[in-house]
This record gives sequence, C-alpha cells and structure tokens, in this order.
Amino acid sequence: MNRIRNFSIIAHIDHGKSTLSDRLIQSTDIVSARDFKDQMLDTMDIERERGITIKSQTICLPYTGSDGVLYNLNLIDTPGHVDFSYEVSRALASCEGALLVIDASQGVEAQTIANMYLALEHDLVIIPIINKIDLPSADIDMVKAQIESDLGLDPGPAICASAKEGKGIADILEAVVTQLPPPQGDAGAPFKALIFDSDYDPYRGTIVHFRVIDGSIRPRDRIMFMSNNAEYIVEEVGIFRIARIPQKVLSAGQVGYLIAGIKTVSDTRCGDTITHADKPCDSAMPGFKEPKPVVFSSMYPVSTDDYPELKDALEKLKLNDAALIYEQDASAALGFGFRCGFLGLLHLEVVQERLEREYDLSLIITAPSVKYEVVMSDDTVTLIDNPALYPDPVNIVQTREPYIRASIITPDRYMGAIMNLCLERRGINTNYQYFSSNRMEMVFELPLAEVVYDFYDRLKSITQGYGSFDYDLIDYRTTDLVKLDFLVNGERVDALSQLVHRDKATARARQTCKKLREEIPRHMFKVAIQGAVGGKIIARETISAFRKDVTAKCYGGDISRKRKLLEKQKKGKKRMKMAGEVMIPQSAFLSVLKTSE
Amino acid sequence: MKAMAGKPAGIYVHIPFCVRKCPYCDFYSVADLSRIDSYVDALLHEMAFCEKPRVCPDTIYFGGGTPSILSSTMIGRIIDGAFRFFDMSDNVEVTLEVNPGTVDASRLSAFRDAGINRLIIGAQSFDDEKLNFLGRIHDGSEAKTAIREAGRAGFENIGIDLICGIPGREAGDWEKELKTALSFSLPHLSCYMLTIEPGTPLYSDMEDGRFSPVAENLAADLFEVTMEVLDRAGYDHYEISNFAKMPGFRSRHNCKYWTGAPYVGLGASAHSHVKGERYWNVRSADRYIARVSSGLSPVDGKERPDTDQQMIEAVYLGLRAAEGIDSRAFELRFGRACNEIFGREIATLSRHGLLESCDDNRICLTRQGKLKADAVAGRLIGCI
Repeated sequence: MNRIRNFSIIAHIDHGKSTLSDRLIQSTDIVSARDFKDQMLDTMDIERERGITIKSQTICLPYTGSDGVLYNLNLIDTPGHVDFSYEVSRALASCEGALLVIDASQGVEAQTIANMYLALEHDLVIIPIINKIDLPSADIDMVKAQIESDLGLDPGPAICASAKEGKGIADILEAVVTQLPPPQGDAGAPFKALIFDSDYDPYRGTIVHFRVIDGSIRPRDRIMFMSNNAEYIVEEVGIFRIARIPQKVLSAGQVGYLIAGIKTVSDTRCGDTITHADKPCDSAMPGFKEPKPVVFSSMYPVSTDDYPELKDALEKLKLNDAALIYEQDASAALGFGFRCGFLGLLHLEVVQERLEREYDLSLIITAPSVKYEVVMSDDTVTLIDNPALYPDPVNIVQTREPYIRASIITPDRYMGAIMNLCLERRGINTNYQYFSSNRMEMVFELPLAEVVYDFYDRLKSITQGYGSFDYDLIDYRTTDLVKLDFLVNGERVDALSQLVHRDKATARARQTCKKLREEIPRHMFKVAIQGAVGGKIIARETISAFRKDVTAKCYGGDISRKRKLLEKQKKGKKRMKMAGEVMIPQSAFLSVLKTSE
Repeated sequence: MKAMAGKPAGIYVHIPFCVRKCPYCDFYSVADLSRIDSYVDALLHEMAFCEKPRVCPDTIYFGGGTPSILSSTMIGRIIDGAFRFFDMSDNVEVTLEVNPGTVDASRLSAFRDAGINRLIIGAQSFDDEKLNFLGRIHDGSEAKTAIREAGRAGFENIGIDLICGIPGREAGDWEKELKTALSFSLPHLSCYMLTIEPGTPLYSDMEDGRFSPVAENLAADLFEVTMEVLDRAGYDHYEISNFAKMPGFRSRHNCKYWTGAPYVGLGASAHSHVKGERYWNVRSADRYIARVSSGLSPVDGKERPDTDQQMIEAVYLGLRAAEGIDSRAFELRFGRACNEIFGREIATLSRHGLLESCDDNRICLTRQGKLKADAVAGRLIGCI
C-alpha cells in the first residue's frame, strides 16, 4: 500500500487539466507517442472539442521515485460540470490527494475555489500546480499570493509547471509520491470497494471502476452491490493502463476494474459499495445516492423515418450512461420520439450531441421541464414532467415544484448582476459570504425550472465566465403553474407546449412567439403564431405571406432541371415539420429553448 | 396511317447563333456565324437518324439563339427535311422566333414562302433604355417596324415577347409597354419577368452590385398588372407567361411542353421527350456538328422519369396551364385519385385562395395562385 498513490487533478475550466494529464501519462512511457492523441483521457469527440471531461477515465501510472522505489500512481479523472458534481465527489472519495491546477496568468478563479472545497470535504491533500508559466503574461508571484489569501493554502509546496512544454512534470510526479499520503485500509478485513464510474464494453459488458477500501478481490469471487444486494461472480479484475491489464488480485488501496457479466451500466450505481457476498463488510461507504434525473425533455428525429435509429442509439447510449432514462413519447406534430430524463442541462446537451454526432441523427428537442407534483381534487398526487400529460386545471388543487439551493461563487463586482438574474428567476437570496476581499459566495433558493431554462449560460455571460455555480435539490414548494400552448394558424403544436409559472407566462409566450416568427419561413399565406393559456390568447405574432414565387419560363429544356429542383425541395421539406398547414423547421423548435441574450 | 393514339408530337429546332449574345440570356448560343452552313447540314443528318415519335408531329418550332439569322433558303431546307424524315401531320404550325434586328419586309416574305406560318417577334420592350439594358441589337422603333412588316408580309399568327421587371423601371412604365403592345392587336403575347440566371453576364453585374433586382413586391405588382390589363383586353391567360387572343392562337407547339406531349429536339443543347424518355443533345455547336457529321448520336444524357417523377412533372406543368391538372386524366394515367394524394393540400390551398376547382374535374391556380405557382406546386409535390 505504501507504493500506491491515488489522486485527481482538479481545476477551473481551461486551466490546463487535460494537458497536464496527458503529460503525466506520456512521461511514464506507457503509451507510445504515435498512439497518443492530445488529451488522452478525454476519449469522446465532444469532450475533446469542448475541452471538458464528461466521462471520467482512470489510469495507473508506473513511476520510479527518486528513492528508487517503483510506485503505482492512480490518476482518477473527474468530470467537469455541475450536473456531474455527484460523480466528481465519488471520484474524489477514492483519492488521498489532488493536484489543484491554476493558470499562471488567470490566477485563482471561481471553479478553483469550488473544486478546492470539494477536495477538502474529502480530506484530500492538495498540491497547488501553477500551470502555463511559459505564457508571457504569467505572474507566478500573484498566483502564489492568491493561493495564500484566496484559498488559504500554503503556497510553499506549489509547483510551477508548463504542461504544454513539459516543464515541471518530473517535480509533480515526485511530489505526488512524497507529499500525498499512501492509501489507508486493512487488506485483511472483509472486501469493501467504492464504485466511482463504469463504462461499457460491447464484448465484456459493464466494466466497473472502483477503489478497494479494505480486503481484496479475485476472479471467481462472489460479490454483492450493497445498494440493491445484486450478486455477481467476478470474471476478471485488473488495472487501467491505456488498455485494461488483468491482475490476479486487487487489494486495499488499489484502483482498478472488474468484469462480472453485468449487462448494462444501469445495473451498477456510481457511489455504491461492493463487498463479498459470503463475507460482507459491516457498512457501506457513506454518501451514496441513486442517480435521479431532474430535467426532462422529448427528443424526436427530424425525419420520422429515423425513429428506429433513434431507439437503437438511445439503447446503446444507455449502456454507458446509467443516469439517462427514456420512454416512448408521441407528438401530433413530430411523430414518435422519446421522453428522456437527465441529470441536468449539460447532460441533456451531451446526450443530444452524442446522438447527432456518433449516430448521425438530426433531432428536435422540446423545452426542458422539471418534475412537478400535482395534487388532484381526489387528493391523489401525480408527478408530471411532460406538458402533454398536464391534467385539466379544473381538477387540480395544488401544484408543487422542485427548489434548489444554488451556490454561486463569483468576484464581488458581479454581485448586482447575479442578484438581478436570480430575482428575475424567482430566487430568494438566503446568504452570502466573502472568501477574500473581492471573492464571494452567494446562496439562493431557486425553482429548478428557472435554472433549466438557460440559467447557466446567462450566469456565465453576466459574470464573463468567472461565476461558478453548484446546486442541490432541497424540497418541493407550492407554485402557480400554467400550461402555455402555442398555436400556428390555429393549430396547437404540442411539442412547443411548456409548463411555466403564471407570472412568467405572458413574457415567455411573447418571447417564444417572437422566436418562432424569426425562424418559421414565410409561407404563401399569412401565418399567425399565438401563445395561449387555456383558451386565452396572451401573445401573437404574424408572418406575412410572400407575394411571388413563380418561374417565368418553362419550355422543353427546362422541364428536367425544374423537376430535379422540385425533387430536391421535396427532400428538404422532409426535414420540416408540419403543424397543420404550416411548415416549421428544426431551428424553430431549437430556438425557443434559449433566451436571446 | 397518320392517326394513332396519343398526343401529336412537336419538332423543336435549336439555332444556337446570335449576332451578339444578350447579357440576360442563358440559352445556348454563339456569336460566331461561320459554322451556320455545316450546322444546318448536321440538323438534316440528325433528322435522318433520330428517334421518331409514335404520333406524327404537327408543329415545327425554330428557337434560339436567333433562328431569324438563317436565310430563308436554310429555313426552307430544314422544313422540307422535316417533311421528308418525319411522318408530318397535314396541318402543321411552323413557328419562327424573330429578332427585330435581323429582318426586313423581303426576308419576312421569304420566310413565309419557305413555309413559316407563325412568327414570334422578340421585341422584349419598346423602350430604348430598357433594350439597351438588355443588350438587344435593336431599338424600340425597329421592334415596332418588324411587327408591322410581319403583318404586311401576310402573317396572321404573330406574337411578341415582352420582358418586365427590368431593374430601375416602375410599374407604371410597364403598363405603358403593355398598351403599346396592345395597339398592334396581335393574337399572341408572352410576358416574362426578367430572370437573372446564374452564369449570365447580367448575373455577374448584379453580384458586383451594378444594379439591384426588382423587389418582390414590385415584381408581384407587375405580374398583377399584366394579368389585369391583358384580361381587360380580352386575352386568354393560358400559361403563366403566355396570353392568346383566341384559343386558336395559343402556341400549339409550346402547349406540348405543359401537357406532357412528345417532342423531338434537334440541334445543339436541344431537349427531347419521346416514348417516355427525356434526353438532351450536347451543348456546344461545334461538338454537335462533329458528332452528327461523323455519324454519332448527339445525345449527351438521358433519363426515364419514374412514376413519382412523372407525377411531379404532371403537377408542376399542369398547374402552369390554364386548364390546370385534369384529375380524371391524372387518375387514368397514374391509377390514383388526385384527391387521395393531394386532397388535404388542395383544401388548404383553396382555403387560402390559391387553388380552385374548375369544370369539377380540373385543379387550377387562381390569379393569386399564379403569382405563387412554384410554391403551390411544391406543396402538392410534397404529398407525392
């Protein structure tokens, strides 16, 4: 155990976390330069493009320290977004230390602080890394001062590095060995391990990623997941290099994987505890939560012919994404699709992008909704996350909506703007505190529904990217909900319906009508767009008809050409959705998901 | 045996030569006149071995380019050739497109003697400034002279082409042009909205910002004025851009394009529609001559539209004509009722005043519908 170190790298976005991971991996020679793609750990295209890590990857780096001893350094990568804060916490719970990467020219930023607190919560030893010192604007002294004042850490052990140029990498590896404690644990105790991730291999089934806390595990062991008492026989255990390397045994302190004929990743739970079925440990690891989708949206293929492909793609994604849930849904305007549940908006976007990119599907998604509690006149409570299923208001006694506690860490100059944004979103400011002379945390209680509608983008824009945001669901509170419908030339477009707070209905209706007016092309007749609550029209926009669309000449040589043009148009129209007599493009459905700012 | 089932065919003869190429024209033509003789020889060759339509042709149409650049002798040779190689009908409409800058009284008489019985005079406008913008080789008074001379030469079936929507001109001006045209009491008028086709010099000028095309509202006004003025003057609006004084003066040849009748296209870039197949000749006159004179087929490409494609053509072309889509003929031809395929759209478009049903079996564009013919066709075609 003394020759193992388990650690994560945490950072504000763009401070160089992934590049540093890459350099650490490269410096230990387990991957040839030829096979090396930048940012080795971010394997999904989307992650590489957005520069964020969603699906965490883990790797075991062999390293010979200056003391001549061969160490195994387990680098546990973490996803980088609030939707996945639970997954981050499970990864950190598997470590003894963390490298906190700070950009030498940007200094300490909001997520630096948020991430540091998360690491401290798990009693991790933190090594500050001042990265990008090669930049002309690097200011190492300033960053060291901030580490002391803003983070309350000793800047003494901080390591200056340039991951891009490979500077400081040797010092970092040595510090991991000398400064981070080895794992604690009792190899003789009953087997106990924490699941921090899982992925799916089409040939082997679910690969469970875990950290052994106590005891040991071998192939053919009978194991049990403590959350649901499900039992499996272990087929293989091993450690992560770039590929999986099978081992005879994994013992206390080690990080690795197991394969046990588990069909889908949904059969495993991040944060769950694994033990021996025959000789279980006393208690599970604390902090386990079931993945609970909080944001719901319907997804429809733009071309209705693609429904089977969408079904197939969701099934495949689900294999690798335990948090994703879905069921069949149908819309008059859009045909067959799926109602899906997500951990948050980013999760939704990631799923949407993966479906579009990896499965080449073109999608229409409906406005995200939260799950409401609806108390009916017969005293039953119905849970509603789909506007299409919203009951007739005459039968509703009360509606309740989920609230969150949002923590926003920001430079104090954005305090006013954040206050305005949160109050506009029906928030209540419950607390604020200063971390340093100009850095603060603001705490709000906010309806989750207000957050799923474009909140994060707005927060980023009003704080120029400095504001970081984290949230927990707290409770359900009474609300005044209405179902907002949209009609196009008198025809209700079910896929555009939204559940909104009564006070917000008119503004949302006007804004949505305006967006639709911008996105729906002119027709050969006038198109009226209306927003309505119940039978009452509360917003209206009109698209005037175009006046002329006719080819002047059509003689012998024009016929084939014209027909080909018409065939092409016909194909293009397959991508448009008909709402009664009006053609609505995909872009119109997507435009209503965001505010214009 | 001349009477056979099916629609009579037409013969189109393309003459790709011009004194000067007009900057708006995207028909194939060249200004090098040295090859006219060998081109005419090639036409006669092509006639000899081309695919013949099932039903005897009853029209010959000389289009261009500028067919009136040819001598009456050449025109005569080609007409004679058609009668020699095709099983021509007894009553043939023989049309010549005439550029006012290429004819005088004696040439017009000679064309008549050669067998031409219908003239389409490419006046385009009577306004010198507009003609200048269009790059025409003639002015307004030459256009008027050509029309008068045509009548004096004994032609009764005379039509003129006019272009509206010339950038920088107002709707009022167009009405004046129409009145001038009406003063000649001609049996046929074609009024085309200027279309600035990609690849033409005019298009490049527009791209370079030398002028802006007329706005959609003005273009729509111009089309409405055309329909109103010519309706009042007693013209039958028998196709989007074509107006005839009496049914007998419709272009028998051009109607073949809109009714799906067969036609044989002779010459460079000419298109044919024979026995369900559409094909087209090589575009270049030189290559055409070379191919034909060495005994090769000038056909450059061909296609046989499938049922759906034939339906698209039937809808698009049918709507352009005053008679509209004949739902009985449609059902006979395709085995499916119009209502079954298009019923919902027809209802929508009728409700918006764009379509109407006539004589209870024809689906026709209303006047408003004619302004949006392509869009209306697009909606119907979306149902196929």
